[in-house]
Amino acid sequence: MSKPLQAAVLLFPGSNREGDVARALRQAGARVEIVWHNCDELPEGTDLVVLPGGFSYGDYLRCGAIAARARVMDATREHASRGGLVLGICNGFQILCEAGLLPGVLMRNKGLKFIGRMQTVRVETVAPLFTRRYRPGQVVTYALAHGEGAYVAEDAVIEELEQDGRVAFRYCDAAGVASEAANPNGSINNIAGVYSAGFNVLGLMPHPENLVDTLTGGLDGRPLFESLAAA
Amino acid sequence: MKRRIVVTLKPSVLDPQGKAIEGALKSLGLVGVASVRQGKVFDVELDGVEGEAADALLKQACEKLLANTVVESYAVEHE
Repeated sequence: MSKPLQAAVLLFPGSNREGDVARALRQAGARVEIVWHNCDELPEGTDLVVLPGGFSYGDYLRCGAIAARARVMDATREHASRGGLVLGICNGFQILCEAGLLPGVLMRNKGLKFIGRMQTVRVETVAPLFTRRYRPGQVVTYALAHGEGAYVAEDAVIEELEQDGRVAFRYCDAAGVASEAANPNGSINNIAGVYSAGFNVLGLMPHPENLVDTLTGGLDGRPLFESLAAA
Repeated sequence: MKRRIVVTLKPSVLDPQGKAIEGALKSLGLVGVASVRQGKVFDVELDGVEGEAADALLKQACEKLLANTVVESYAVEHE
């Protein structure tokens, strides 16, 4: 068997899902190290950098804005530019957008309320590194827990994302229809997650890491971590 | 020297918080309020920089951190 996937989970003041995602990664066979935000370098041999959910820096200024300027983000940017894998979940997605590693921005939910519940999402593009253990168009249940999840970008950016198949996940109903009624937060085109141009950076608002055990809601998140571990 | 920076959402961007505030003002019976957009104010005290150098510095501060230019615009007010 080849060397297990080496993951670095970044920890910012106010991150709170690092344990969940570390557990999901270890369960899939990855080796995980937690890395503090003021480190200048990633651990040697890092294949995947994970930015976990939470409320880094108390969401001061804008969600993810201050974490995006942390020292470890320079190393993360370099890792991504070499084609290295980066995964940002919830606050991690917000940080990736603020850091310029993904386009667009996450704005206050349309209904102004914090949303904490299960949500069906459709796997749009099956990217070889992140989602190959899913079927194209598969409807899965992930957990939502955010107040600022409305994905917004300029029209030209949205058009490019759609044309290039860079929409990773879309909010949908149980039948897989990405309707207005199934859009929890006002995201443009029901977008729940996007890839970078090189498909090596993924950011998504819902939490797959909380769906890796039947005891706590289901197993729909497991294939994502298994895809990564097999990358 | 002090400068005030005002960051506002671009007109094309939805502002649900502004809308909620607008609704609250209207519910107070304040006739004449047409709409409200929420923004942010930063009061920055400068040390050792003035004039054009100060303008350039604050522009950098806005572009690099204070405003997300995807959805926000900024203005530096002079006293």
